[in-house]
Amino acid sequence: MEEGLLHAVQGFMYPNEVELQWSILIVLYPFTTGLVAGAFILASLERVFNVQAVKPTYRLALLSALAFLLVAPLPLQLHLGHPERSLEMYLTPHTSSAMAMFGFIYLWYLMGVLVLEIWLDYRKDMVLLARSETGWKKTLYRVLTLGVDNISEESLRIDDKLGRFITIVGIPSAFLLHGYVGFIFGSVKANPWWSTPVMPIVFLFSAIVSGIALVLLMYMLVCFLKGISIDMPCVDTIARYLMYAFLIDFSLEMLDLIHRIYEADESFKSLDFMAHTQLYTSQIIVQIIFGTIVPISMLAFIQVVKLSEAARKGIYVLAGLLTLMGIFAMRWNVVIGGQLFSKSFLGYTTYKMAFATKEGLLPAILLMILPFGILWVLVKVLPPFEEEKAAV
Amino acid sequence: MSSDRRDFVLTAGKLLVLTAPAAAYLEAVETGKAEEPAYKMAEHYWGMIVDVDKCIGCGNCVRACKTENDVPVEPYFFRTWVERYHVAEGAEHPDVDSPDGGYSGFPEKYAAGDGAKSFFVPKLCNQCAHSPCTQVCPVGATFESPDGAVLVDKSYCLGCRYCVQACPYGCRFIDPRTKTVDKCNLCYHRITKGLTTACCESCPTGARQLVDLKDPKDPVHDFLRDHKIQVLKPQLATGAKVYYNGLDGSVR
Amino acid sequence: MNRFLKDKEHLVRMAALFAVGVVLFLILKAVLVPKGFGVYGHYRAGALADNRVRAPRFAGRSACIECHTDERDAWKGGKHAGVGCEACHGALAKHAEDPSASNAFKPDPKTICFTCHLTNAAKPRKFPQIDPKNHFDGGACNGCHSPHAPDKEPKK
Ligand code: HEC
Ligand code: HEC
Ligand code: HEC
Ligand code: HEC
Repeated sequence: MEEGLLHAVQGFMYPNEVELQWSILIVLYPFTTGLVAGAFILASLERVFNVQAVKPTYRLALLSALAFLLVAPLPLQLHLGHPERSLEMYLTPHTSSAMAMFGFIYLWYLMGVLVLEIWLDYRKDMVLLARSETGWKKTLYRVLTLGVDNISEESLRIDDKLGRFITIVGIPSAFLLHGYVGFIFGSVKANPWWSTPVMPIVFLFSAIVSGIALVLLMYMLVCFLKGISIDMPCVDTIARYLMYAFLIDFSLEMLDLIHRIYEADESFKSLDFMAHTQLYTSQIIVQIIFGTIVPISMLAFIQVVKLSEAARKGIYVLAGLLTLMGIFAMRWNVVIGGQLFSKSFLGYTTYKMAFATKEGLLPAILLMILPFGILWVLVKVLPPFEEEKAAV
Repeated sequence: MSSDRRDFVLTAGKLLVLTAPAAAYLEAVETGKAEEPAYKMAEHYWGMIVDVDKCIGCGNCVRACKTENDVPVEPYFFRTWVERYHVAEGAEHPDVDSPDGGYSGFPEKYAAGDGAKSFFVPKLCNQCAHSPCTQVCPVGATFESPDGAVLVDKSYCLGCRYCVQACPYGCRFIDPRTKTVDKCNLCYHRITKGLTTACCESCPTGARQLVDLKDPKDPVHDFLRDHKIQVLKPQLATGAKVYYNGLDGSVR
Repeated sequence: MNRFLKDKEHLVRMAALFAVGVVLFLILKAVLVPKGFGVYGHYRAGALADNRVRAPRFAGRSACIECHTDERDAWKGGKHAGVGCEACHGALAKHAEDPSASNAFKPDPKTICFTCHLTNAAKPRKFPQIDPKNHFDGGACNGCHSPHAPDKEPKK
């Protein structure tokens, strides 16, 4: 095994650096939390700023956020050398560790924000379902409503007010959630590829971008599966937001890049070399060209040229997929890229992904399918669309 | 959490779950029974001197360390290792190698008299006083001991590898057998018994010397005064306590 | 339930659920946090002792010379006085503890010297180095130099 690892090394690496520490699973982690934060922020737009156009996606966005949030800690858990000890993060959190604080932010965000907001928003539906359903389903909804059957005007008004409050608290929480993931990397002073104060902000905006793209795609997919017609003003608006968020994200990343190139400190030669070799495909081609410039151009094109509905839908699907790919590549380039060079700046290695091992591609793929399974269940239990509610 | 509240919660927890004798035993552990009577942590503060001009690259330290601390021999992991630098005049970057961490010495690779400057640099955990690795540990499984050694609690480590990322010197690795992090602990089991570290014991030239910065009789004080000392990567302000004499600017 | 709370009953129940969660967490914390955690800092005090329990494998030169007085006398004044016994003999704590139970390793005088004295461009220039090809080839090094007290002007 070491033989193989050593062969991958060019130049000099400190001996212990030859093994890569963080695998593709750790790439999934910022990717999924990013989707969560982004989807939530999109949902909050409707609620706080009253953007009626995106209303049809409000509930779907919340459910998607929940589905991905439930999966987000799994890759971390799987990656640990001692998963059975992970509770220690909550028992004896080290306050100076970004990772320990993340545990609490995660719990807060899951329980204090997302679950509560969904619960409040769905309470009326759940009560109605508890009344109309029978058998185990009735019991399920009963439990979900905590046994309270009250949907009086006043109670719903209170729910709405509280829900609004939670959303307002939720926006900074979502910022915190993903900004913090950026901080986990951005605060590692030993690693110049990571260590930059803009890392949390770049992570945040790329999170928003990926979350919006996810909701856009999910909405179109669910409509397609259910045979509901797509609300065009809604997707047009979402696509516009996607473009704005993307522009900010891209500017920030370019700012960081230009800054690095201009300052050209001791680590620059090493990082520059990497971007031209090991990371060339994933960074320049996949992330920047096909994952950023192309989708931004497509979305910008729609703003200036009037296209048919069908063409717009096609472009949205394509742009959405490219965006997700680009953001995934960005996470990859941060997490994996940050480990391909030696902290001596004198050598490089490559990452060889395993397939059916604990940290291989297979579990990564399964972990990316899992949230869709969860979402499928959530949509069954908590139907997100008005049309269906009428049918109940 | 304030310590008062902690104590309260702890006490409450104990009363809840523990019988009296067990609680009494824990009381003893908590009030510092962990300290060995002969050794007083408060009276020591450990570090190391590495004299680059004396290192002959024999690899004794690497082998001794692996023997003393049961560091896996086969996979490519080291608590201490030796690097060979080769700096051609005017070259921007040095050529560095460390075949097998120096475990089997350094077969001659460069022609004598090629005009370049060449030397060995032993590396080990720098026992930083502001260590970036302990800072990021999410659970307190690695820490700076009161006597200045950076230690690992193997029974508490999650194996999240964040500390490995945070160490600027590449001194940490995951022990494949325990799946927990491992690193030089300055032979804590030796220095607390009055012995020197295994690497210093087996270093033939005195290129490495354990020092006790709190001991006024330790020759380290003269050494630090009489030599131009440098630590590795001073720009990262890690408070490294492995002091290098004769360190070339090309060393990373 | 009073009138004021009537429309908030579900919220009260939810709040109660959260409270139960928090209490459970606090209990769990009280029970599961290892004893001695936080005595010296944010770590288990017992970890210090854990790091100490290991038995040394290198006894140290001062242990060897307590018994091996002949070697000590030769070694003390010689050129190898700075070289610890175990630098050549390997880790011998077991032997030092009970010589009859554990034999000491005797290094091969033909090869052991090369770990240190082989010429190498990276070695400090003032360190004595030899190239075996042109240094009295053949015989074992201890034929001319005593391993414990080598001399630049050997005995033979
Ligand atoms: C407690 C006293 C004691 C200590 C301490 C001790 N030895 Fe010995 N050693 C002995 C005795 C006794 C013998 C002779 C055994 C025999 O002749 O079979 C011996 C034999 C040896 C031999 C010769 C073995 C052989 O095969 O001929 C070597 C080499 C040696 N010791 C090295 C060391 C070194 C190095 C140390 C320090 C780590 C050390 N000893 C510490 C008592 C000691
Ligand atoms: C430079 C390497 C080196 C060092 C340092 C060294 N030895 Fe040895 N020692 C040897 C070699 C080589 C032999 C084997 C000599 C032979 O076979 O004739 C040996 C043999 C011995 C023997 C066995 C003598 C015999 O007659 O069989 C003893 C005992 C011993 N050493 C003790 C020590 C002690 C004690 C020290 C530390 C004070 C020490 N040695 C340091 C290389 C070393
Ligand atoms: C572990 C490393 C080591 C080993 C093994 C070792 N030596 Fe040495 N030797 C030294 C050191 C260190 C010195 C002292 C150098 C100095 O004073 O600068 C030295 C000095 C010498 C000297 C004196 C050189 C001079 O210029 O005064 C001779 C001769 C010598 N060794 C021969 C041997 C022989 C023969 C052996 C094998 C039996 C041997 N050495 C094994 C480390 C070693
Ligand atoms: C035939 C006797 C003889 C044998 C065998 C021998 N040497 Fe020497 N050695 C000498 C003499 C004489 C000198 C001093 C003159 C010189 O430097 O060449 C010396 C010097 C040395 C020096 C000091 C060199 C310096 O520059 O200060 C070292 C080191 C050394 N020998 C190591 C070894 C080693 C290692 C071996 C085993 C391969 C060995 N010797 C075998 C006779 C011998």
